Amino acid sequence: MKYFAYLAIGTFFGIVMTKSQAISWFRIYEMFQFDSFHMYGIIGSAVALGVVLIALFKKYNVKSVDGSDLALQPKEMSIPRYLIGGTIFGLGWAMAGACPGPIYTLIGNGYAVIVVVLASALLGTFTYGLLRTKLPH
Amino acid sequence: MIEFISQPWPWYVSGPAIVLVMGLLLLAGKTFGVSDTLRTTCAIGGAGKVSEFFKIDWKDQLWNIVFVIGAILGGLIASTILQQPEAIALSPDTVDKLQALGIQNAGENFLPEEIFSWEGFVTVRGFVMMVIGGFLIGFGARYAGGCTSGHAITGLSNLQLPSLIAVIGFFIGGLIMTYFILPSLLTL
Repeated sequence: MKYFAYLAIGTFFGIVMTKSQAISWFRIYEMFQFDSFHMYGIIGSAVALGVVLIALFKKYNVKSVDGSDLALQPKEMSIPRYLIGGTIFGLGWAMAGACPGPIYTLIGNGYAVIVVVLASALLGTFTYGLLRTKLPH
Repeated sequence: MIEFISQPWPWYVSGPAIVLVMGLLLLAGKTFGVSDTLRTTCAIGGAGKVSEFFKIDWKDQLWNIVFVIGAILGGLIASTILQQPEAIALSPDTVDKLQALGIQNAGENFLPEEIFSWEGFVTVRGFVMMVIGGFLIGFGARYAGGCTSGHAITGLSNLQLPSLIAVIGFFIGGLIMTYFILPSLLTL
């Protein structure tokens, strides 16, 4: 039953990603060309509203449904980790035109070939796990 | 009703809808972070045998796998019941720039199908863009500790400086790819 809730939220997310066209390679290209406000509007309005929502959650000490604190652990500070990792991610995002959410949603949209991108992303994550101790963090 | 929601959603509907996803997951006691599912899948596949990084209790992460199965299902519903056959209203500048790089009919589908298709996969251009692109996404997301959902949406909403640095990185990488690498790659 609990899992059904995650399935429903995930399904809604997939519909949002498709109907907003955020799954489109073209929209990502257009964003990095600064040719349209569309993607900036999506991310910008999400962040603006998200800041307010999380501030309200904290102000009123909102708990999750099982009574525990919300899962908002502060992230450990580092510059190289986020800057290098983020840049590598950005290179892939602009090349494949999809971040992880849209990779899944594109497959649902019938683009079966995107399983190649998914498999490669798994290989990338696996490789990171192997090299992690040798990388600057 | 179906017709109404089948139209493309403007940014001011889509952005708040994404926040709704983040908020619901927080209330359920979870954090919105899609790229975690890649690590979980590696762990389920037995990667813990070769790296400590994958020695996690993946059963705690099954909710996220169910979430992305939903994301696939959502794509299926959006492309069938909520299908909208019109082209994507891209900026004419983008269409022109892509045409100059040999990409025809930009916006007719979600992807340039000459690249992202099984026919494209057997060309150097398509192979590189899908295989290297996917690899960089998976490697970079884990290195940075999150992707667009974890850093750009959740992290920034929670005013996390590390997430801001990661998002700056996303854009550095994205701009390098778009301005310096894609022009040569697309015309291969």
